[in-house]
Amino acid sequence: MELLNVVAQQSPGELAAGLTAVGRGIVYGAAAIGPGIGIGIVVGNAITAMARQPEAAGMVRTTMFLGIAFTEALALFGFVLSFIVAG
Amino acid sequence: MAILVTALEFPPVSHVTEWPTIFGEGLFAVNKVVLLMWLSVLIVFGLFYAASRRSRLVPTGVQNLAESIVDFVRDGVVLQTMGPEGMSFLPLLVMMFTFIFLTNIWEIIPVAQMPVNARIALPAYMGVLVWVLYNFIGIRNQGFFGYFKSVMFPPGVPKALYILVTPIEFVSTIIVRPFSLAVRLFANMLAGHLLLVSFITITTAVFTLGPALVIWPVSFGLLVALTGFEVLVAVLQAFIFTILTAVYIAGAMHPEH
Repeated sequence: MELLNVVAQQSPGELAAGLTAVGRGIVYGAAAIGPGIGIGIVVGNAITAMARQPEAAGMVRTTMFLGIAFTEALALFGFVLSFIVAG
Repeated sequence: MAILVTALEFPPVSHVTEWPTIFGEGLFAVNKVVLLMWLSVLIVFGLFYAASRRSRLVPTGVQNLAESIVDFVRDGVVLQTMGPEGMSFLPLLVMMFTFIFLTNIWEIIPVAQMPVNARIALPAYMGVLVWVLYNFIGIRNQGFFGYFKSVMFPPGVPKALYILVTPIEFVSTIIVRPFSLAVRLFANMLAGHLLLVSFITITTAVFTLGPALVIWPVSFGLLVALTGFEVLVAVLQAFIFTILTAVYIAGAMHPEH
């Protein structure tokens, strides 16, 4: 920390604030990776299902939204946590 | 480029979600968010009261609107998840859908410009409401021990796996469900609100700069597109909250087999 302060020529408080900002970014960014992949899989498979059986499109769409909602929740937890991470 | 960066001052989150008190004090302080919530309650009540007061066989005007909402919730939510026996929950789900949609749509109405659900209070309250409701229905339909047995010991699982399955099922059904229900609605509306605020800040910042006017239509166009996107999000979140409530109630009505 001492060395970092000297290098950055800043007061310790500013460094802490900066690191908090970086931490918030990492919290949200990391939380978005898994749900991003998950939603891709959910929607991709739903489109495949709709293309194969267009008559079942209504049922598939409802289930798809449910799947998206469950998958998306994790990313949203990360979004809220990024505000909670204390400065 | 340097001028553009200095002109951009994004407001902190507290500035765009915390509103000054209009009247009252302490716990009963009333601000813009509370007023918008009261207005939503009045609109939902007024809409369905006006629609049902002089109902005709061939619907016109407001009755048309109310009937299409009821039809949508009945065909899209109740019949898809609970089947005909879930019809007794139709009034609750219709109210829930309409109310959540109205509290969300304030996000893009000029002058209001604040989704009520961007504060955790209302989503948290509704999450607790749904939690109490489906647990009550589960205990009423299956008995106290029967309900918790069907929640924590789902049939068809190898005996040894119950060590793993039971804690996960308990945590996900009893603890995480209301929390995720509330946070999903809250975080979606807060994110949408912040997105609109950010793009409005960018658009006004670019507009105040003479030389950068070439890119102004781009940011303005994006702002308009995002406003349309937020309408979609408002409908979708109301729909998802309603259908998840229906799924939870349907799961509590019958033991899994």
